[in-house]
Amino acid sequence: MRTIRLIVAGWLLGIACAHAAIDPALLGPLASDGNDAKIVAITALVDGAQREALPVLKAMARGSLALAGERVVIVDGERVIDAATNAEIVPAPEVTESIGINNRLRRELASTLAALRLFSSDREIRWEAAQELASGADAEMLPLLEKALASEADPEIKARLQMAYAQGSIGSSDAVVRLSAVRLLGESGDPNVLQLLGPLTEKRGDSWAEPDSAVRAAAGTSIRAIEKRLAFAENVGRAFTGVSLASILLLAALGLAITYGVMGVINMAHGELLMVGAYSAWAMQSVFQAYFPNLLDWYLLAAIPVGFCAAALVGVLMERVVIRHLYGRPLETLLATWGISLFLIQVARTVFGAQNVEVANPVWMAGGIEVLPNLLLPWNRIIIIGFSVAVLAAMWSILNLSRMGMFVRAVTQNRPMAGCVGVPTGRIDTMAFALGAGIAGLGGVALSQIANVGPDMGQGYIVDSFMVVVLGGVGQLAGAVWAALGLGVMTKFLEGWTGAVVAKIVVLVIIIIFIQKRPQGLFALKGRFVES
Amino acid sequence: MTSSPARTPFIVRLGRSLDARSWLLIGLFAAFALVAVPVMHLLLPPGNPLHLSTYFITLTGKILCYAIVAVAMDLIWGYGGILSLGHGLFFALGGYTFGMYLMREIGRDGSYQSDLPDFMVFLDWKELPWFWTGSDHFLWAVLLVLIVPALIAFVFGYFAFRSRIKGVYFSIITQALTYAAMLLFFRNETGFGGNNGFTDFKRILGYSITAPETRVVLFALSALALIGTLVLARFLVTSKFGRILTAIRDAESRVMFIGYNPLWYKLFVWTLSAMLCAIAGALYVPQVGIINPSEMAVANSIEIAIWVAVGGRGTLIGAVIGAFIVNLAKSWFTVSFPEYWLFFLGTLFIVSTLWLPQGVVGLYRRLRAGRSNRQESANDAEKGAGKARENCGAPASAPLAAAKGASA
Amino acid sequence: MNSGDLLLTDNPDWDSGTAELGHMLKPGQLDLSHKVVLYLDGITVSFDGFRALNKLSLTIDAGELRCIIGPNGAGKTTMMDVITGKTRPDEGKAFFGQTLDLTRLSEPEIAHLGIGRKFQKPTIFENHTVFENLELAMKTDKRVWRSLLALLDSAAGDRIAETLQTIRLTAHADRLAGLLSHGQKQWLEIGMLLMQEPRLLLLDEPVAGMTDEETERTGELFLTLAGKHSLVVVEHDMAFVKQLGGKVTVLHEGSVLAEGALEDVQADARVIEVYLGR
Ligand SMILES: Nc1ncnc2c1ncn2[C@@H]1O[C@H](COP(=O)(O)OP(=O)(O)O)[C@@H](O)[C@H]1O
Ligand SMILES: [Mg+2]
Repeated sequence: MRTIRLIVAGWLLGIACAHAAIDPALLGPLASDGNDAKIVAITALVDGAQREALPVLKAMARGSLALAGERVVIVDGERVIDAATNAEIVPAPEVTESIGINNRLRRELASTLAALRLFSSDREIRWEAAQELASGADAEMLPLLEKALASEADPEIKARLQMAYAQGSIGSSDAVVRLSAVRLLGESGDPNVLQLLGPLTEKRGDSWAEPDSAVRAAAGTSIRAIEKRLAFAENVGRAFTGVSLASILLLAALGLAITYGVMGVINMAHGELLMVGAYSAWAMQSVFQAYFPNLLDWYLLAAIPVGFCAAALVGVLMERVVIRHLYGRPLETLLATWGISLFLIQVARTVFGAQNVEVANPVWMAGGIEVLPNLLLPWNRIIIIGFSVAVLAAMWSILNLSRMGMFVRAVTQNRPMAGCVGVPTGRIDTMAFALGAGIAGLGGVALSQIANVGPDMGQGYIVDSFMVVVLGGVGQLAGAVWAALGLGVMTKFLEGWTGAVVAKIVVLVIIIIFIQKRPQGLFALKGRFVES
Repeated sequence: MTSSPARTPFIVRLGRSLDARSWLLIGLFAAFALVAVPVMHLLLPPGNPLHLSTYFITLTGKILCYAIVAVAMDLIWGYGGILSLGHGLFFALGGYTFGMYLMREIGRDGSYQSDLPDFMVFLDWKELPWFWTGSDHFLWAVLLVLIVPALIAFVFGYFAFRSRIKGVYFSIITQALTYAAMLLFFRNETGFGGNNGFTDFKRILGYSITAPETRVVLFALSALALIGTLVLARFLVTSKFGRILTAIRDAESRVMFIGYNPLWYKLFVWTLSAMLCAIAGALYVPQVGIINPSEMAVANSIEIAIWVAVGGRGTLIGAVIGAFIVNLAKSWFTVSFPEYWLFFLGTLFIVSTLWLPQGVVGLYRRLRAGRSNRQESANDAEKGAGKARENCGAPASAPLAAAKGASA
Repeated sequence: MNSGDLLLTDNPDWDSGTAELGHMLKPGQLDLSHKVVLYLDGITVSFDGFRALNKLSLTIDAGELRCIIGPNGAGKTTMMDVITGKTRPDEGKAFFGQTLDLTRLSEPEIAHLGIGRKFQKPTIFENHTVFENLELAMKTDKRVWRSLLALLDSAAGDRIAETLQTIRLTAHADRLAGLLSHGQKQWLEIGMLLMQEPRLLLLDEPVAGMTDEETERTGELFLTLAGKHSLVVVEHDMAFVKQLGGKVTVLHEGSVLAEGALEDVQADARVIEVYLGR
């Protein structure tokens, strides 16, 4: 096998002359029986065809290389492509025999391909190849890597290659080479490297697997360094998922922070307002599917105002019909709004069916950014965090900067007095409640991207939302934010140790204990009106 | 000068706490449940128009248990002003503790023919967890039913009331409590059968659990438990204790400043209420044949409150009536129009809080008072005027309404 | 004074059974050996930085009737909150007699030691009858077990009847307290205070909302109570303060501005400035 790679390397370093097509004589042997014969054929192909060999080898690795009569072809779905010219054959000929590969061949092909790609002129391709090699190079590739290292200018790729080189040389018979390889590997953040280093510190039978004690010690140090780095990445990951959970809790709870925190209305139908928002997202998706299929990816943007308005409308109805008769009677409000929530659940079941509906992430929310080798931050989470910050900022400005916000605060602090100085208290109540409901609707739109959307979805959030508001302290936006963050991060870290269910239980118990200690929440408001 | 401890025997005072008419009603009910029902179920052949079906016995027996829970809830909410959204937990705990006994009574008749309950065999457990020790003894099970939920309620209540957690805060943390417990019981490792809970019971004290005679006995026990609960509750609310309890509901600070420590009063009625729920749960499980964590769902606990609200809180009979109305409606709806049940229940919540603050009993009283005394309507009009005046900060002229607002 | 008289409890049960459910009564003994019933020293209370009480010091003698006046927001109610355990001071000492540290006791404990309080806004049990209001307030063992089995004996009934007479609500004994007029509620609250048999009565604006005649009768009642009990009366009504006689303390911005006979205080330049504006 080494020969193939040496040839490849030699070719790549030498001056390649471009062939327009591959000599079919080089291709034919690829279909020969027996792995050894195939390997010889691959060697010959790389030697003879060079650059043009890449698609053929790739196809072979995929298992889509085949014979059509005498001709070697690449099968690509319906199309059949001539391996020699890389052009489609029309009409497609009958495929007589596919060229099979086994694991050994697949491995060979993978390394050969990686090696070919290492010398590509495209940086992206080289980076990918280096990346692949860094997580699985063996001693046979060392000469190739040495050459690549010598020619590589890009520092990032070079670092990867060094890692690959270290991995390759760990099996060297020279202790000095092994030692430097082990040291170099200590700088990796890749969990696979641990498996490589681990055996060096173990005993095989009576003797050490690694005869040289200096190398053993270095391996131990490297392992610890890697583990530390991995743990760090893991903790960063947890913190991120914690913040992400916090943003969801916050979105679910922000509406409550107005209706309960500021107005003092216990709204048990809050979860169902989230549901209204989530169904709005679904409805927008359906509308776009039907009328603007080419804009489908942007349905979510349309869902934001629609979700807000739909939930706000439901909120207005609730306030006008029921809640306004119950101001100052929190326990009755609690029961009546629970009734409303049952009502809304059944409405959703009747209208949309009892099953969950399908809400798809737009393409621009798919994928993520990789910040560390084993840490990927998904876009949908990042976007939701950003969204919750935006909603929070909007809400804060409405409450603190606008005239309506001033009225709301006036009414909640002293209703009769506000009424007497001409604040339309009734209208303000309705508007404030609608605002809280609308914000819940926004939360629902966001939730539709990461959670199931169905009639019962709201019930799952009601306990959590109240916990956030109660823990944060009534009437305190800042409190709600800190409480959401604390709960989110704490839950995720606990989950790491105890599993999700126990974490949830522990968090609830901690909240219960915490409230015993500080009944007014994190950000206690001192004052007479709190007590009454 | 201090009120002397009872010289009249306690039993006599218990008797005196109800008037003759109430005793008569209780007597009639007892005769029905303890004599008529057994006769009509066991002795009359199924074809007879007076025959009571197994369905009737099971349904009514179940609702009797619910009625006990409703009375327990009424004590704490209607009289104490403390709305618990966690009573489903105590009910379920009573059911689970007694259910452990029923599981052990299955013996080797389960599908795995093992000494261990089926779910443990399924989880590949080799021996009973420590807290199952002694669960094969009936008396130990009864003792646990009385003690475990009460102990949990006591500890939780002690810390909550000591921190002066009140009103909605209290409701919300009781909700969190039952929610946490539900999650805990859903886990297989907790040792209570995970999400399937306990079921497939075979025997109770050696008697087949599905035999008509056993059903009748369980029914009669539920009826007796309800009567006992009612008499006890009646005694409590007519005693000085009851007056202090309602005083705490209406003006807690005044109660403190005349030297009562509300902590112990609340804790007593809270723990007692939990204990009654547990008894009801223990009677409920053998009758319905299953207990699982969904009994601890938040929705169940809130539903208890609506039984009381519909019947009329602050009146014991109201709680019983409410439990019957809502649960009969539930079994009718879920059979005939399952899709309308939530609409009905939701409407019930809204209507009873908005227009029936005193529930059905209050409505009945108003109608009767209205017939004998036309003045009622004039009073109502005055109240309305008072409400209008409140809007501009006029001195509180509707004291009762204001006090209720503050306490409720 | 003979300390035997001063034992607050004549019921031996109260000193025993510390571990029992319902125990809230510390064996407390009021020590009046220096003839001082209430001693406040350097009390400071602040709410979010605002000092409602600022190094307030005040001494009330046993049997004294003291009036406290001061503009709104002077801290009079807050002072009562501190004495009755509702608000904990940030600094300072508060003693009942020589030995009982009020800053360490809870509201019911303090009430039980013998400090009764009438709120600025009448607080009575509106859903109980007038009779029941008085019954609940009556000095007795207030633990749970006792209240479960408590029965009214004839002596207690007589005491309630007597108090009803004093507060002129005999005719209303079986009416719901919530239905009383504002003045009657004030009286009922005073009646509840009397039923408690406290050593020290704190009365926050007791005659607000009363007619002139009712006010005068209240004054007479207080005068008969003085001597046997100690009274601290907060009032804005100067005529009423004058009727009560006794020493007057002027509170301003959380501390004592002046103290002395009403005429002297009224002549004090600083007091005039505070009341008539600066
Ligand atoms: N719990 C509290 N929170 C915030 N401020 C308070 C509180 N209690 C009293 N205050 C403030 O302390 C000051 C004194 O109040 P208060 O004792 O009621 O005065 P007074 O009874 O003399 O009119 C007032 O300015 C009041 O606003
Ligand atoms: Mg005041």
